[in-house]
Amino acid sequence: MDILQNLGLGFETAFTPINLLFAFIGVALGTAVGVLPGIGPTATIAMLLPITFGFEPVTSLIMLAGIYYGAQYGGSTTAILINLPGESSAAVTALDGHQMAKQGRAGPALATAALGSFFAGTVGTLALALFAVPISQAALLFGAPEYFSLVVLGLIASIALASGSVLKALAMIVLGLLLGTVGQDTFSGTPRFTFGLRELYGGLDFVALAVGLFGVAEILRNLEGDITRSVMVQKVKNLWLTKDDFRRIRGPVLRGTGLGTVLGVLPGAGHVLASFVSYSVEKRVSKRPQEFGKGAIEGVAGPESANNAAAQTQFVPLLTLGLPVSPIMALLLGAFIIQGIVPGPNVINEEPALVWGLIASMWIGNLFLVLLNLPLIGLWVKMLTIPYRFLFPAIIAFASIGTFSINRNPFDVYAIAFFGILGYVLIKLGCEPAPLLLGFVLGPLLETYLRRSLIISDGDPTVFVTRPISLVLLLLALGAFVIAVLPTVRKKRDVVFEEED
Amino acid sequence: MSLHHLNAAARTRPARPGLGRYPRLAGLAAASLVLAACGGGGGGGGGGGDDAAAEGYPEDDITFVVPFSAGGPTDTVTRLVAEPMAEELGGNVVVQNVEGAGGTIAAGQVAAANPDGYTVLMHHIGMSTAPSLYADLPYEPLEDFKTVGLVTEVPMTIVARSDFEPGTMEELVEYVEQNAEDVTLANAGIGAASHLCGLLIQEALGVKLTEVPYEGTGPALQDLVAGEVDLMCDQTTNTTGQIQAGQIKAYAVTTPERVESLPDLPTTEEAGLEALQVGVWHGLYVPAETPDAIVEKLSAALKVALADQNVIDQLAELGAAPSSEEDATPDAHMEQLESQIELWRPIIEEAGVAAN
Repeated sequence: MDILQNLGLGFETAFTPINLLFAFIGVALGTAVGVLPGIGPTATIAMLLPITFGFEPVTSLIMLAGIYYGAQYGGSTTAILINLPGESSAAVTALDGHQMAKQGRAGPALATAALGSFFAGTVGTLALALFAVPISQAALLFGAPEYFSLVVLGLIASIALASGSVLKALAMIVLGLLLGTVGQDTFSGTPRFTFGLRELYGGLDFVALAVGLFGVAEILRNLEGDITRSVMVQKVKNLWLTKDDFRRIRGPVLRGTGLGTVLGVLPGAGHVLASFVSYSVEKRVSKRPQEFGKGAIEGVAGPESANNAAAQTQFVPLLTLGLPVSPIMALLLGAFIIQGIVPGPNVINEEPALVWGLIASMWIGNLFLVLLNLPLIGLWVKMLTIPYRFLFPAIIAFASIGTFSINRNPFDVYAIAFFGILGYVLIKLGCEPAPLLLGFVLGPLLETYLRRSLIISDGDPTVFVTRPISLVLLLLALGAFVIAVLPTVRKKRDVVFEEED
Repeated sequence: MSLHHLNAAARTRPARPGLGRYPRLAGLAAASLVLAACGGGGGGGGGGGDDAAAEGYPEDDITFVVPFSAGGPTDTVTRLVAEPMAEELGGNVVVQNVEGAGGTIAAGQVAAANPDGYTVLMHHIGMSTAPSLYADLPYEPLEDFKTVGLVTEVPMTIVARSDFEPGTMEELVEYVEQNAEDVTLANAGIGAASHLCGLLIQEALGVKLTEVPYEGTGPALQDLVAGEVDLMCDQTTNTTGQIQAGQIKAYAVTTPERVESLPDLPTTEEAGLEALQVGVWHGLYVPAETPDAIVEKLSAALKVALADQNVIDQLAELGAAPSSEEDATPDAHMEQLESQIELWRPIIEEAGVAAN
């Protein structure tokens, strides 16, 4: 069979000592930058790109790819331990992961993230190997109207992210949408809400926003109390999953993997959308929705699996069509070009050893990651016993340096401070930052796809209902909306949203 | 502005030479030295002519600032020439990517940097279009910089979705003239090379097409491959793979000569469109007060780099060629910059585009 031959070639390529070594270096680096708040994989890959010039093309790509999916792994660690998501998709993990850590269950939370990620990474890689070409063709069926409808569905389905009042959640989504409009308008070039600051032309930096709203706000809240004792953790109960935990994460991991595999192929915010949607789905299907936001292990297992599966299938359009769907993929495309490989649909035929070697290395890399991360859990959990008066300045320093390093833009550091204070005020008002982040990520996509659809259709709005895929997505969105508002399901919704008294 | 200045000052003083090869790390380490650099960072020599300043140059790492992301076409060109230039100069070159606002943030930083030859800007055609696109630039392209020399010109290709009706460039012209408003023309954002080329196409054919902006080449190309939009004009760097695979249709290349990687593709001139010529030209700049002797050293090193066989081969892979020896000089470069600013001003004004 073809596929076996291809995989054989892939493993043959990936199993050379040098490629194994660089796969390991890649994932270890990825884990490290994922753990360090602020420094994301994009900056790291950009930083390391020049030193890979001297490598064989396949070795170079194996390492760079390893940094990317390794960072997806590592990003969850700080999200769980100190409520500091280093990556957009890890923001969802922070919701329940950090609550688990506060209850002394950091170990099981980290183990869940690692195991879920490994399973999802394996499935994602397999999907990449088996269905790369058909998946890429399916991705081409998605034009601007389809993406618009998908984002609408994502937004409506994710209202469940909030564990407090619906009204406040909606307000936060709208605030996020507004913050997302800051920057130069793609279509006219007009700067919006930039107040004459050239630094704002590119929009607000996601990392600065997330670090401020989650990490710094959390620190401010912790500092209200007595900081001489550790405010982070009561008592570390156990490091490993119980039988009951295993039973509870099975479903979420499977569903998250499926969602992530599919959504990862989409350009823009595929893996972020996957995490958000997975969280909403878990909350809906759970028998204990009231536990979400308070340390539900399902809320860690689902989104973590989703974003790692998506991290693998993000490579599909790049490898099969030569199209980069995200900034990171654009960087890897640059790596192809620098290596003298013309990226495009022919790469998979002309350089089979490269493409299949890379795919095989991803599975090996995922194995390295789980072997690397499981023994580290104990160490990470120990970190929480550091007195808070030492821990919190270190967190803020690392976060600031990390965020600064991405664009070397002092403005991003001011943004952290601004959003830290905003986040603290929002906490005091009983508003949660997660829906804001969702609005911030999806808002610009919503606007872009809407306007692009209408430009291409020459202003005809029926394009959203005359294209079948778009119509189906909109109907699903309508269904989700009806379920959320219908009086007959009102009771269930109350549990989902758990209205405040 | 003072922050920009501070930044630039810090960057020219890497913490440790060992970090030189890792620009991001060097930047990070240098950041901690911001205060030190600010306190003690005296500028380089004043106006031109002082050979003393050039004598020991370079004794420190030279930073090449790239206004676009790592891995992109401009970054690739920079890194290609940086290595042989560093060798020729006998120093170390650090490439640093400062993205944002169509390259004007990077240009603003370099304009305000110490004029000591340790901060060099690699910019492309966008240097000449920014004054027309941006009303309040923090720098004046012709006054705040000295030109070092032209580096290369990356050709552009006029491409379409694979099932677009017209088969040749001539048929395309006819089709576009008849169906102007129904034809959609993709670009990678305001001020991007693809946007400029699109403006030129409309100007040359005297038509107004429906422009569809994207946030970068990737998504624009994806919609073109998927058949969502009709036309695009982009650099060979971005389109060659897709053209060779037959995923998109190519009509012409916008340079006077055909390109090696796509030998069957006619030039716009062959198709009778002399006015439709545009290439993404790249050049090196230093702050205006940099001593002439240092500019000459840099220019000489650039000439050597452009004659390097590896550079020639790698540029050919991108469908480009190094600038000639005459073009890799400060004067030829300044001439190009002046004429390009004049060329683009009316086109951009007429199209009614402005970034602010």
